[in-house]
This record gives sequence, C-alpha cells and structure tokens, in this order.
Amino acid sequence: MPSLESSASPELARRLRRRRRRDAAGALLYVLPALAIVLCFRFVPIIAAFAFSFFEIKMGALIGFVGLGHYARLLQDPTFWQSVGTTIWFSIGTVPIAIFASLFFALLLNRKLKALGLYRTIYFMPVVTGMVAVAVIWKWILEPELGVLNFLLGKLHLGQPGWLGESRGVFQLLVDPEGRWLPRWAGGPSLALVSLALVNTWKGLGYNIVIFLAGLQNIPQQQYEAARIDGAGSWQLFRHVTWPILSPTTFYVFIMSTIVSFQTFSLVYLMTSPPGGPEDSTKVLVYYLFDKGFTPPASLGRASAVALVLFLIILGLTLVQRRLAERRVHY
Amino acid sequence: MRGARGWRRLAVHLLLILAGLSMVMPFLWMVSTSLRSTLEITREPHRFLPEVLIGARDAAAGGAGGLPGVFANYIEAWQRAPFGRYFFNTIVIALACLAGVIVTSALAAYAFARLRFPGREALFLLFLSMMMVPEPVYLVPSFILIARLGWLDTYAALIVPWTVNVFSIFLLRQHFKTIPQDLFDAATIDGASRFAVLWRIMMPLSKAVLVTISLFTIIGTWNSFLWPLVMTHSPEMRPLQIGLAAFSQEEGAEYGLMMAATTLSVLPLLVLYFFAQRQIIASLASSGLKE
Repeated sequence: MPSLESSASPELARRLRRRRRRDAAGALLYVLPALAIVLCFRFVPIIAAFAFSFFEIKMGALIGFVGLGHYARLLQDPTFWQSVGTTIWFSIGTVPIAIFASLFFALLLNRKLKALGLYRTIYFMPVVTGMVAVAVIWKWILEPELGVLNFLLGKLHLGQPGWLGESRGVFQLLVDPEGRWLPRWAGGPSLALVSLALVNTWKGLGYNIVIFLAGLQNIPQQQYEAARIDGAGSWQLFRHVTWPILSPTTFYVFIMSTIVSFQTFSLVYLMTSPPGGPEDSTKVLVYYLFDKGFTPPASLGRASAVALVLFLIILGLTLVQRRLAERRVHY
Repeated sequence: MRGARGWRRLAVHLLLILAGLSMVMPFLWMVSTSLRSTLEITREPHRFLPEVLIGARDAAAGGAGGLPGVFANYIEAWQRAPFGRYFFNTIVIALACLAGVIVTSALAAYAFARLRFPGREALFLLFLSMMMVPEPVYLVPSFILIARLGWLDTYAALIVPWTVNVFSIFLLRQHFKTIPQDLFDAATIDGASRFAVLWRIMMPLSKAVLVTISLFTIIGTWNSFLWPLVMTHSPEMRPLQIGLAAFSQEEGAEYGLMMAATTLSVLPLLVLYFFAQRQIIASLASSGLKE
C-alpha cells in the first residue's frame, strides 16, 4: 500500500517496513521445509546429472573434465542406438493401442449406463496394482508351457508362441518364422517386447478410460442435439462432434502415454530373463541408463549423458503439449 | 425400433463385460493358482478351480485339510521370505512419507497462496519445474548423494526425499486461494496467529484435497519400485515391492507360492480401493500418477 506509506509519518513508514520484513522472514519459514528437501533431493541431483555428463567420475568424485566426450561415445555406441530403437518400438506398441482401446471403451461407457460405476471400478483395478504384481501375474499367464494363455490358444488350434522368451521380431514371426529370406532389420520388435507393451497397455487402460470419460462428459449436449437435428448419424456425430471437441483430451493422453512409455523400466527388469533379454531385444533406454549407472563396470558419466538425452526428449514432449494445450487443439 | 435399441444395448454390455473379464481374470487366476499345490499345478496347470476348494485334494495329495490346507502356499511363502518385515517397512515408509507430505505441503502452500514475501512467484515456478523432471534423470546423482550421506539401506533414504511432493503443494495452493479473504480477516481480528489460521481454518476447509493427496501419496509410495530398488540391498530394509521382486527371482518357478505372495502384496491396496474407489480414481486421475 504505497499511498499509506507516503502519506504517513516517517516513523510509521519505518515501522511498516520493518513489520513487512519480519512478515517476509516468517513466510519464508513456512516454505523452508519443502524448499530444503526440494533443493537437496531434486535440484542438486538434477544439476549434478547435468554436470556429471561432462566429467569422468570415480568413486563418486569428479576426476576430470571430458567435455562432450560421454556424448560422443554414447552416439558411437550401437547398444545405445539399439535401446533408442527398442524404446520407440515400445511406444509404438503401447500408445496408439492405448488411445484407441480406451477411447472405444470410454465411448461405450458414456451412455448413462446403470452399471457405469461397476465397469469403471473393474477397469481401474490394474492401475491401483503395483507393477511388480502385474509383472509376476502376467509372467505366469504368458509362461510358454504351463501358462494359461498358450493353453487357450492350443484349444483354439492357434500357434503357441514363446512370448517373453521369443527374441524373433513379430513381423518375422508373421511372414517368415524360419528366418529364410526376411532381412533381420525388417523383423520388427521382438515378440518379447510386444508382450511387455501389451501388459503395459493392460495396466494403463483403465486410467486412460477415466481421462477420456471426463473429456466426454464435458461435451455439451446441445452440440449433439444440433447435429442430430441436422440429420447426423452416430458415426457422423463421432466424426464431426465428439472427435474434434475431444482432441485436447486425446492429445493429452497421447503425450502423457508417450512420456510414460519412454520411462519404462520395471516391466523389463521384472519380466524378462536375463533382464533386457532375450538377446537384448527388450533393453529400453532407461534400462540402458540403469545398466550404465549401476551394473559394474559402471560409467556414471555415460549414464548421466543418457539421463540428459532422456530429459531433453521428455522436456520436448512436455513443451509441445503445453503449446498445443494453450492454443486449444479443437476444431 | 425398440428391438434394435435393445440389441444394441446388449452388444454394448457384451463388449464391456468382455473387457471387464480381461481385467479381472488375471487377478482371479492369481488367487486360484495361489490356492493350489505345486504338485497340482504341474499335474494340471490349467484347471481353474483349486482342488482344495472342491474337496478333491485330501484323497489325491494327502495334504493338510481345513484352513491351513487352503492357505498352505500363503503360510509357506510367509515363512520362506520375511514378508512380515517387508509389510512393516512399506507401512512405516508410506505413513512417514504421508505425514511429511501433508506437513510440508500445507506450510508451503499456505505461504505460496496467502503470505507475501519477495521471490514468491519465482520460487513457486522453481518448484513446478522440478515436477517436470522424471525420476530416471536424477537417479544416479541421487544414489551418490544418498551414499555420501551414509543413508544407503536406511529408512531415511526411502523417506526423507519423498516427504515433499510438488504436485500436492500445487493442489493445496490452488485450494487455499479459493478460501474467501473475509475468513482470514475475521480470524486475524480475533487475534489468531498465522499458524492458527492455517491449522484451525485452512486445514479443516481442505479435507477433500487432503484426502486426494493422501491417497495418491500412499498408493505411490506403496507401489514405488525404481528408487527403493537402487537404495536398498539388505532384506531387512526392503519394502514390499522389492521383497516381492526378489522372491520372484528366487522362487519364480514355484507358481503357487509366487501367486500367494503376490495376492498378499496387492490385497491391502485393493481392499482400500474397494472402500474408496471413487476418491482413489479421482485422486490418481488428477495426479497423473501412472508408473
């Protein structure tokens, strides 16, 4: 309140200023616990990750500046590029299916069903369940000899693939299982990786359904009524009303699922044996980071370089999401 | 006309039920396997109903009857690995993190929403920016930091860094901002201190938000994996998730035992979920928590 200050006596102004300073100090005291923890356990490690990627590190001490050396070696490492490719395949395997399946079921649910709450409760169950439990349950279901999935497939006289143990690519399995003519690069992601992607999709489906349902319920009913009066059928309603109005939600789900899929680690670690196998076909980016950071001979510098690459990818995705959300994607 | 609509409705329900079964069956399969002996599983791996429930086990396998017979795998899993200890650790960690998150969030959110101090907006932005950095990015330096502090394999490593949750601060701040100024003025005139305003007025008015925060904190802590995997190595310090993962590496081939242990590990959260499913769905959906 500058007017008060200027009109009052200097004595009062000084007292006010002192009081404000004391108030500010008091207010900082309220922020202090959170600030201390955030600085110590987030800010410093994040800055350190950045710094480590430019240094040689031994026993937790920086022993020499190497500039972009870690990045240069990273870019020359074929296993790094393989892990990038594997991660992209994993995202391709989860994100589109996740979006379309969850949108489909959200649309089915969005019609004033009496049992809506029950369905939603059931679909959301895997979201609440921890990844370790999900991994263990699905490992048992996907077990090639004793697992129930191959048993059911056998009953239907379908093939009984090796699921998590299968290193051959899914395209290869479809067109050329013996590997006679299809070049290796065209074989596609291993069935093991696709199995992980499916389990991941299963776990996250209910979450995306809930997000889509919220988006659907925000669409004003008048829009539908107007379109119906114009004689639109249900496909046209979806194509010209629901889909365009829902596009911010769809975009949100798309970006979030992509971000999460780029951070996949626990499923790989828990479900494949040896972890990252078979034949390294499920070594995703964060697995590569974990390997470099914690499996001897560890290279913390290299691991930090990977961490920075991962951060830049995710930051990029987040910024795209922000930008488009501000512009509002609809219509 | 009515008939066509009826058929359509039926088709919708059939699809929804099919999807529901694909969500529930893995859980039922887990429970069913957990009630079967290893012998039974190797003999007939795909039977859904456990022999012990249809009264066929005693004759065939000569196993113990009654309640101990039904829960044989549970008892054995509990004896083979220190699951009691794992549960204890997870509960201690979850409750401590919850208490920490509530205290730090309430204090910080109050300052960010209602108090004036220089650099307030910049500081809040710094907090928010921390939210955008994913865990794997700072994992390696965190490990070194925790090791330097001498906290590896201690509760401190699993609790202290997780006693602040930026998103909780954000949620509470948004809520505090909606509380009318008149309430503060009235309380201040009555001589209430700033802390009393927070404790007596703001907190009771924020119960719904606090429930949301508590639920995603508990579920997030209960299910967290990467951090405790890196920060613990002795069995005594393992939280439940890490204990279960270790158990699956050691006893992975004994599916009955594995499924019993897994059932135990998911039971507490699923029970909580069935009692508070509406709040839990809302809480997790708002937090974006999704491993």
